[in-house]
Amino acid sequence: MSLAARAIEEAGIPTVIVGSARDIVEHCGVPRFLFTDLPLGNPAGWPDRPDMQRDVVAMALRLLASAPGPRSTEVAPVTWKDDPGWRARYAHVDPEKMAKLRAEGEERRRRQAEAKALKDS
Amino acid sequence: MSDTTPTGYMERTRLYYRALGYGSDYVWAHHADAPFARLAKPLAESRIAFVSTSSPPDRSNRDDKGGRHVWSGPTDAPPDRLLTHDLAWDKETTHTRDRASFLPIEAAQSLAREGLIAGLTPSFHGIPTEYSHRKTIDVDAPELVRRLRDERSDGVLLFPI
Repeated sequence: MSLAARAIEEAGIPTVIVGSARDIVEHCGVPRFLFTDLPLGNPAGWPDRPDMQRDVVAMALRLLASAPGPRSTEVAPVTWKDDPGWRARYAHVDPEKMAKLRAEGEERRRRQAEAKALKDS
Repeated sequence: MSDTTPTGYMERTRLYYRALGYGSDYVWAHHADAPFARLAKPLAESRIAFVSTSSPPDRSNRDDKGGRHVWSGPTDAPPDRLLTHDLAWDKETTHTRDRASFLPIEAAQSLAREGLIAGLTPSFHGIPTEYSHRKTIDVDAPELVRRLRDERSDGVLLFPI
């Protein structure tokens, strides 16, 4: 998505990325970024919270108009629910489940090889 | 890790894929600079386009070999649900059953009624998340730009899941 934002901006249309993987977006380098520090899946706010989603969109639109130059990041004043430990949960590597993860990886590589064979056919 | 330190997604992803047995780490796109364009009109006169990484419910963005393509849907009658299960997101912590939590069309329509923007463009757009930077740069991004220009989009908000 960050690469798409760069291409759109190069075509002369201003963009804002709204989302949470701040390190990945800023590593790519984008014109404008509104950081919503929420779990991956809900970049615009909690599910079923239209008030929060509206505040996030309004902030992104104002950033679209007001950013002084490229690589402008703003931090939206949103936090996740009362759910301690959510940050540690995504893509967690449990040392006691290494064999299970390895087996999942094998299955994933098998499916990827199948998909590639179909594409190349 | 404290609960206020932003998650390091690159490091987390590297460690996860190593645990899955992948031999080489993913290389994220990296640029020291970024392009920059300004709104050609005041915000209140601007028509805004929305872009998502999700797929349509009928999977019509996929060809018969499983390849995924840029797609568009109507902003005046957006689907209640969009497909997200093929993407990497925190499926243990949250859900995507509320489409507006990742493609908040109604929020923009409400702000347009109040005069913050002129409105949304007739279509929102979907762009696949691809492993290959080249596919995004050479194929998907140019197609997305073409669609944005067709509808005279003045500005774009992108919501990666």
